[in-house]
Amino acid sequence: MTEQHRPNDTPGGQQAGQSHAKHHHETGPAAEETAAVVSVDTAGGAMEPSAVPASAQSGKLPGGPDTLLRRIFTGSGMVSVLAVFLALVIGGLLIASTDTRVATTAGYFFARPTDFLAALWNAATRSYIALFQGSVFNPRGNGLAAQFAPLMETLTIATPLITAGLGVALAFRAGLFNIGAQGQIIVAGILAAWVGFALHLPLGLHLLLVLVAGIIGGALWGGLVGVLKARTGAHEVILTIMFNYIALYFLRYLLNTPAFQRPGESNPISPILDPSAVYPQIFGTQYRLHLGFILAIGATFLVWWLLNRSTVGFEFRAVGANPKAAQTAGINVSRSTILVMAIAGGLAGMSGVAQVAGTEKVLTDGVAATYGFDAITVALLGRSTPWGTFAAGLLFGAFRAGAVQMQIQTGTPIDIVLVVQSLIVLFIAAPPLVRAVFGLNPRRKKPARAAKNTKAATTGGAA
Amino acid sequence: MSTTVSSPRPGNPRPDNSAPDTGAAAVTAKPVTWKTPVLLAAFGLIALVFFGLLAPNKTASFGISTGEDFFQLPALDINAFAGGTVLSVLLLGLAAYAVFLKTKDRPAPGWLTVTFIVLFVAAFLLWVVGGARTPSISLAGLIAGSVTLAVPLVFGSLSGVLCERVGVVNIAIEGQLLGGAFTAAIVATMTQNPFIGLAAAAVAGAMVSMVLALFSIKYLVNQIIVGVVLNVLVSGVTGFLFSTVMQEDKARFNSPPGLDIIEIPVLSDVPIIGPILFRQSLVGYLMYIAVLVVWVGLFKTRWGLRVRAVGEHPQAADTLGINVNATRFWNVTLGGAVAGIGGSFFTLVAIDSFTKEISGGRGFIALAALIFGRWNPIGAFFAALLFGFADNLQSIVTIIGTPVPSQFMAMLPYLVTVLAVAGLVGKSRGPAASGIPYVKG
Repeated sequence: MTEQHRPNDTPGGQQAGQSHAKHHHETGPAAEETAAVVSVDTAGGAMEPSAVPASAQSGKLPGGPDTLLRRIFTGSGMVSVLAVFLALVIGGLLIASTDTRVATTAGYFFARPTDFLAALWNAATRSYIALFQGSVFNPRGNGLAAQFAPLMETLTIATPLITAGLGVALAFRAGLFNIGAQGQIIVAGILAAWVGFALHLPLGLHLLLVLVAGIIGGALWGGLVGVLKARTGAHEVILTIMFNYIALYFLRYLLNTPAFQRPGESNPISPILDPSAVYPQIFGTQYRLHLGFILAIGATFLVWWLLNRSTVGFEFRAVGANPKAAQTAGINVSRSTILVMAIAGGLAGMSGVAQVAGTEKVLTDGVAATYGFDAITVALLGRSTPWGTFAAGLLFGAFRAGAVQMQIQTGTPIDIVLVVQSLIVLFIAAPPLVRAVFGLNPRRKKPARAAKNTKAATTGGAA
Repeated sequence: MSTTVSSPRPGNPRPDNSAPDTGAAAVTAKPVTWKTPVLLAAFGLIALVFFGLLAPNKTASFGISTGEDFFQLPALDINAFAGGTVLSVLLLGLAAYAVFLKTKDRPAPGWLTVTFIVLFVAAFLLWVVGGARTPSISLAGLIAGSVTLAVPLVFGSLSGVLCERVGVVNIAIEGQLLGGAFTAAIVATMTQNPFIGLAAAAVAGAMVSMVLALFSIKYLVNQIIVGVVLNVLVSGVTGFLFSTVMQEDKARFNSPPGLDIIEIPVLSDVPIIGPILFRQSLVGYLMYIAVLVVWVGLFKTRWGLRVRAVGEHPQAADTLGINVNATRFWNVTLGGAVAGIGGSFFTLVAIDSFTKEISGGRGFIALAALIFGRWNPIGAFFAALLFGFADNLQSIVTIIGTPVPSQFMAMLPYLVTVLAVAGLVGKSRGPAASGIPYVKG
């Protein structure tokens, strides 16, 4: 076995696979595992791409509304709920730990612990109630329209999160890490905004062209990464991170040129888009919610159809599950890589359009805000399924919208949302941890094993 | 290394398009491709046209000595047109040599690429300064400033080296830097001792790393996911505490005493080299030490051999009795500590207080430097210097006024990295097992 393992010492997936084929007669189970582990190194890149679906899809069930009940009652659905709960509890503790009342009552904790606990509970719940009122329903609103205004705001903010999240999720399913939604949103925003304010076209056609320009912009920026990966084997994580920055600085440059800067303005801000180029508001002018949200629902359905009902989607998933097997089966992996990155970019591009033609109506260098990065957590929380991503987008949209109200009402900084979001994703990615916290783990041998491991670790590290 | 692998295909004339093939082939067989010669020639031509023929016929002045130097050297005055032409002809010569080597089926040696990059940067600099409104800059200041800006990058990329060499992808460098910066600020302020702040920064970076290690090694969560999420988490926690704690009472929590610049007598007055090597803060000196220690450790010691074995082929390492996951855990932790020290540079040396997102994406540039430096501490050090140089040049060109928009200068590190991973510096290939969790079985 050692003799046949030696070729793997030179770390190339291809040779490893070939050498195993040659030594087929003496391939034991261990050797097969080696092949499996090594062979996923598709492109000689630093990081191993197809591990994504493996972990991202671990709890995956077929998407779609009909399986919703099933998902809730399966273990992974329960873990998701518990993960959200756990993240909220930790977030609440963080909020409470900086609360002055909590600090003073902690001073006489042993004299009257109830005071401390009450303050703790108050500090956390006050913030979360404000969060809820800012994102779903505000009972103090003047009339039903005002009471549901927060919900509309949530949907508005969720719109770019959903479409960009779909782009990230789609790439995940094809085994690609699309960290580049941020850059794709920016490039889409540039093109869409330019069409929106520089061209003057009739109603309808103008908006359509804005949308198409944005999608093409995002698709080009994403597709370029796909081409580079397919052609040179460069790793897409590095490429997309770099492309995010390139897009951002390019945007900043453009906003200082006469073509993009608003006349008579010294700040880097573009002219306002033509009225014919912006999304109509769905429920009247008192809410910001725009047509982009309907399009986001459509995009979710489209991605669901693409992944689960189309040949291309099957190829994507096959490549994501095992690129070598897909190649052997006659799937063009390079083409698939380029295509999936282009579609992912196009989806992120829709977010860019939603921003410039829907919410903001101008182009600034903050056009993408942090939507591109939030999209990653959205896709992860949604377990890379289209409708899961949709739901996760709504949840994070609610966090974002509510956090603004929370900061105004209780003074809790918006950053707490980042903490809760990232904790949710961390916990969801590690179901054993969540189960351990809630005492749901079937195996009880954990502590003993962990202790042994640490002991071995110290000796191993010192040797 | 055995030779039972596929035949080297010595005569393959085309760059291979199928990605898996190149990845594998570059390791053992190294078929010489046209990629490097063609790219070098293309950049040589760009240099000839833009930095040579189209360069302004003006004199660019580069100050070498500063007033306080031990001895004075005259400023370097070069005609931008003549200098640029000469340099670009040299560049084309190097490209021609690479083409010649290719026809002999020999790859372009490393020194050739490095020399090419240095000359290209020189030609670019000459062009930028020659075209400026005030065509005069202090070369000494430019280089010293570059080193200063590179300090956190170097620490960050060393953290990346330590983690990736042992098989764990570290996207969380940004978070480690940010965590280090925050902790250094708050601890140094509360104890009124910058050295305790420095140590606390290392601990904070190590703790961020431990989360990465715990989730990726114990719970087998994808390492890139953990890294990305950790960046968000650290950004959220530091931002939250900054708004709630630090801003409430700045004097008590956010006015750390700085680490002073330590000048080594006489040596620090040597032009150019003096300020770089002998006029640094403690963190700056630590940077040089860390680069050397990591390099020697990785390539000259038994520990390093084990680390690299775990990163390249964990099964083999395990067979030989190395505890793979423990080695990974402690190496990743060490990497975090190194990055944490780098983060302390922001709050203890560069700026005297913490602000939100003070690391400003430098963790990602450090990641780029790590790849550009090909997972080697020394290489990462020079790559970080190059990126620090671009960063510094960006602020200088806006002062002296040049035709190049500063945004493009800011873009440079990222563009260079894209070119690097796409094959300019040969095949950028990380440790084989990087990113793959190891399950003993």
